Amino acid sequence: MSWEIVIGLETHVELATRSKIFCSCTTEFGGDPNTHCCPVCTGMPGTLPVLNQAVLEYAVRAGLALNCSITKYNKFDRKNYFYPDLPKAYQISQLYLPVCRDGAVPIKTGAGEKTIHIHEIHMEEDAGKLVHDPWIDQTRADYNRCGVPLIEIVTEPDFRSADEVIAYLEKLKSTLQYLGVSDCKMQEGSLRCDVNLSVRPVGSAEFGTRTEMKNLNSFKAIGRAIEYEAKRQIEAIEEGKRIIQETRRWDDNKDASYAMRSKENAQDYRYFPEPDIPPVELTEDYLTETRQGLPEMAEAKVERYQAQFGLPAYDSEMITGQKALADFFEAAVVLGTPAKLVSNWIMGEVMKKLKDCAMEAADMKLTPPTLARLIALVEGGTLNRNTAVKVFDAIFAEDGDVDAYVREHGLEQVSDTGLVQSVVEAVFAANPKSIEDYKAGKEKAFGFLVGQTMRELKGKADPKVVNDTIRTLLQEQ
Amino acid sequence: MKITEEIVDYVSVLSRLKLPREEKGKMVGELESILEYMDILNQLDTSGVEPMSHVFPVKNVTRTDEVVPSFDRAALLQNAPVPDEEAFLVPKTVE
Repeated sequence: MSWEIVIGLETHVELATRSKIFCSCTTEFGGDPNTHCCPVCTGMPGTLPVLNQAVLEYAVRAGLALNCSITKYNKFDRKNYFYPDLPKAYQISQLYLPVCRDGAVPIKTGAGEKTIHIHEIHMEEDAGKLVHDPWIDQTRADYNRCGVPLIEIVTEPDFRSADEVIAYLEKLKSTLQYLGVSDCKMQEGSLRCDVNLSVRPVGSAEFGTRTEMKNLNSFKAIGRAIEYEAKRQIEAIEEGKRIIQETRRWDDNKDASYAMRSKENAQDYRYFPEPDIPPVELTEDYLTETRQGLPEMAEAKVERYQAQFGLPAYDSEMITGQKALADFFEAAVVLGTPAKLVSNWIMGEVMKKLKDCAMEAADMKLTPPTLARLIALVEGGTLNRNTAVKVFDAIFAEDGDVDAYVREHGLEQVSDTGLVQSVVEAVFAANPKSIEDYKAGKEKAFGFLVGQTMRELKGKADPKVVNDTIRTLLQEQ
Repeated sequence: MKITEEIVDYVSVLSRLKLPREEKGKMVGELESILEYMDILNQLDTSGVEPMSHVFPVKNVTRTDEVVPSFDRAALLQNAPVPDEEAFLVPKTVE
């Protein structure tokens, strides 16, 4: 029998506000334990949480960009559970009236285009971090992250493969970064994803029993976890077993998922309307204003790069794939560097470096003026392209000074035709055989002579000057 | 709704309360009388009334996104039953 995988996603995104959702503590990542805390976010009795306006605005922005309808009359609800990552013993969330509903996200995979539907987006607060200390056999609670604003984006069960899930997450990440509502750094936990997965015979209209997988910290882990869980469920069903609805935890080191203890599975959150946060009403004017304030998104940039800079569609899509690269590109072009040259460098050396260093474009230290200067030196004839790539390799990590590096290493290109000519003559004198070969019609000998000349000039010569000189002198032989 | 000892057990697990055997019976009675009162309220016809989410007629109470220095950690940890210099200590929870 062939099986179909059915997946729905719940994605938690930490919003890039300066302060927490219900108090004025900083949302900055890290910090010494419990130094970004106050009586509100540590749940002291008698405190009153007050909603951060920016959280509302960011959630609405995300909803508009993901084609959702926005709830005008918003309310918060209290989700009760006792676990020490949440000192209040409840999380303020939205159950009954989430801020956004019914969105749609178009995605593209190798299998074609499709639309993923968003069920809802709601606002809530993040929980603290628990670290077990084996020396004292106790768990230390750090509430710095407690109260950092989150939106949870819940999709319909529209995915049929890991590829679709990854394509959606890439799209979501890029969209949220363009909107400026989140940095979406998975390694810092600002984008976290739970995967709900079931399988059913192809053609069946009913859903199978689903499991929920947590602790997926990278796109790679998500892909592998989906593959693992689908296989596990199919094998179980084929052996005549039943799938149990449960929460499973992915272990990235072991490449396997485990059912969490049933106690942790007990879910009865006894939601009720949050009495501390009054309802929030959004006006039509507010929504119009927010819509008009949305920044230029990737799709619009793709169109503009082609129209304004004459970039090929392929270049435009590659560069706009990450907001940081698009920003980098635009900043370099503003400095007067020809767009296609900037694009070539970004798609070539920059992306290669990022891949080699497993780095996000947003974390790159290289600045647009540095790349612009490097390109200017190539265009002005000071550096040849090969040397420029070496300079790039050297300065990339720390955004080094291009001019200083070139000067210190004596890399200026030799375009002095007199000097090149004398070197070529010496090479000819040392390699009479090659000249004979060339005359006998062996074009390979020409390449050899170019190579020898470049070596003598330590690779710094302008290749065009070398080629022309050799060509001319050979004719005189 | 009829409150049983099983329901009392379930609610005590959810609320992390350990009830001695003899108190369970007392709880059955108390919870039941609370629900009976709800039954009285349920007799009212509320078909034309909007569900109330708030007692006070206020809305849109928000603050601007500004950071204010956080609380002194030592002062904050004073309220913890078991702290160390940096953190609140709790029984082992992490697997």
